[in-house]
Amino acid sequence: MGRFIVRRLLGMVAVLFAVSVLAFLIFNVIPNSDPAQRMAGRNATPQLVASITEEWGFDEPLPQQYLTMMGNILSGDVISYTNRENVDERIVEGVPATFSLCLGAALLWLTFGILFGYLSAVRAGGWLDRVLTVVAVTGISIPVFWLAAVLLNYLSYQAGIFPSGGYVGLTEEPLDWAYHLLLPWLTLAVVQIGFYSRVLRSNMLDAMSEDYVRTARAKGLSERRVMTRHVLRNSLIPIVTLFGLDVGVLLGGTILVEAIFNLNGIGQYAFESLKGLDLPPIMAIVLFGAFFVVLFNALADIAYAYLDPRVKLEDSAQ
Amino acid sequence: MVEGSQPAGAAPTGAGPWGVALRRLRRNRLVLAALALFVLIVLFSLAAPLWAVHVAHTGPNTTHTLAKVEVDGEKREVVDPTGKPTGPLWFGAGGRFFLGADGSLGRDEMVRLMYGGRTSLFISLIAALITTALGAALGLLAGYFRGWPDTLISRALDVIWAFPVLLLAIALGLVLAVGGLQIGPVTIPSGSIWIPIMVISVVFVTYTARPVRGEVLSLREKEFVEAAVAQGAGPARVMFGELLPNLWSTIIVFFTINVANSMLLESALSFLGVGVQPPNASWGTMIATGSTLIKSAPLLTILPGAMILLTVLALNVLGDGLRDALDPKSKLRLEVHAGLAEPEGTPV
Repeated sequence: MGRFIVRRLLGMVAVLFAVSVLAFLIFNVIPNSDPAQRMAGRNATPQLVASITEEWGFDEPLPQQYLTMMGNILSGDVISYTNRENVDERIVEGVPATFSLCLGAALLWLTFGILFGYLSAVRAGGWLDRVLTVVAVTGISIPVFWLAAVLLNYLSYQAGIFPSGGYVGLTEEPLDWAYHLLLPWLTLAVVQIGFYSRVLRSNMLDAMSEDYVRTARAKGLSERRVMTRHVLRNSLIPIVTLFGLDVGVLLGGTILVEAIFNLNGIGQYAFESLKGLDLPPIMAIVLFGAFFVVLFNALADIAYAYLDPRVKLEDSAQ
Repeated sequence: MVEGSQPAGAAPTGAGPWGVALRRLRRNRLVLAALALFVLIVLFSLAAPLWAVHVAHTGPNTTHTLAKVEVDGEKREVVDPTGKPTGPLWFGAGGRFFLGADGSLGRDEMVRLMYGGRTSLFISLIAALITTALGAALGLLAGYFRGWPDTLISRALDVIWAFPVLLLAIALGLVLAVGGLQIGPVTIPSGSIWIPIMVISVVFVTYTARPVRGEVLSLREKEFVEAAVAQGAGPARVMFGELLPNLWSTIIVFFTINVANSMLLESALSFLGVGVQPPNASWGTMIATGSTLIKSAPLLTILPGAMILLTVLALNVLGDGLRDALDPKSKLRLEVHAGLAEPEGTPV
């Protein structure tokens, strides 16, 4: 176990390092995009551009620039190129909105994904299965941002049932918090509900042909007990892994939903920085997002090994 | 008895795995409906020039800001002075502005929807083709050689995979949209639709390569590979002659799903302004244009989105059906549980 954790941590650091280098390179191979030129403005004098270059160290070799930036990000001193605000502080400000959005949506999709998947598998081939299948596959196929825009138009602009976006802090107004997040939660959850119910359904159908299910039936257990205690429980294991990965991905920012509902979270910050080709926040957010992906990947592996005694952690670390 | 009555030389029923798969597909009405829907959407998009020339008499990027059309004998402005575009005229003006105009520029929405379909379908099909081919090749190499090629490929894929998908796609799309791309003699100018194609291909490769690698790892331990090696087959022969034929069903299913996902990613990128560049129409850019007018003209947002939804839906159902048809184990599985009630049914 100890060796597994050490190896895993080293692997995580290596991946994060590679991701940060990749992000840095992507933004340093842009032709005609001297950041000093952009910061100085359109009609800047060469002297101004030169002094900005000097001040920010754009004339240093790339590895040096990379090291400086990473050092600043990790120590919390990193500053945006465009408006000079502290990037790390701005990310921390975005955390409540992004985390509220992700965790609420996650709860919603896990509940309904499992419910729909279970009902679908138990009634496989029947009309309920068909209806739920259509619902699930439709959910998977919806462009998220389109759904967000359409829901916002009809339920908020036209009918006035929901607020038209914005984020209210949980500690300020708990009810308003949920009220403002309901549509974003729903939008984000719809796709995942479809996906999870499909995966669970097929896992359960697989499990139903296993010997232990026949044994359970032969013991005379009720059908409901066989389904919940034996089939569902074993089929949920891969769902745990999947869930870990998805939450990890979302915590790094949900660009589309945040942008449309104007939640001012990390995703929206990421998009604004991308549009401004503002490298420091992009690097910081990419690292932040990749950190959660890698972390939850490791957590999912640990949970998997814990739930499925056949899996040994040493094996999954390869 | 029945077999005896067949003329000699006729293909015996259940000739091969492909024949069996085809028969299963033909029995699955839902999959047939999805296929029909997809073909209809492709035909709709392919017919764009016909409609543009013979019915709408305008191109997808032609603006009609100050133009007037005659509807039932009365002149009507395409865009009124406040900048609000006309709604659907159906055949009121002989098919011109069938679905109305697309905004203050007064472009024909129907024509753009058809041309947009060409762009969106082209991008998703080509991107999925590249992703699937690249992913399958990488998975095959990593899984067959193991050792350092596997380490190299797997770690590279890990990095792409840990990079938040949309963030990576937007970053690449943005950077390439600003400066274009130059690799040796090949120059891709900014604004080219090859940029979103490349971005999407790179981002999705890992999702195909990883499962293919896993499958190759288990396939290469099978007896038929051992037999081929014993007969003196080299790596290339084993990979393409022995392993690849066993991977086709996986690859085909992945291709279908990749087309669906590419279409969703293309629309998201175009919506955010880093995919297809204006004035070119794609369903994603049309949603972006339409959503600024969503309060007064919701149809301009709903229509292109509905086209994406229908296309992706058809592809997902098709992918599910193909998986059921091509993977005999899953068929067995379904027959065991759902078979009693409906022997013919293959619920996807």
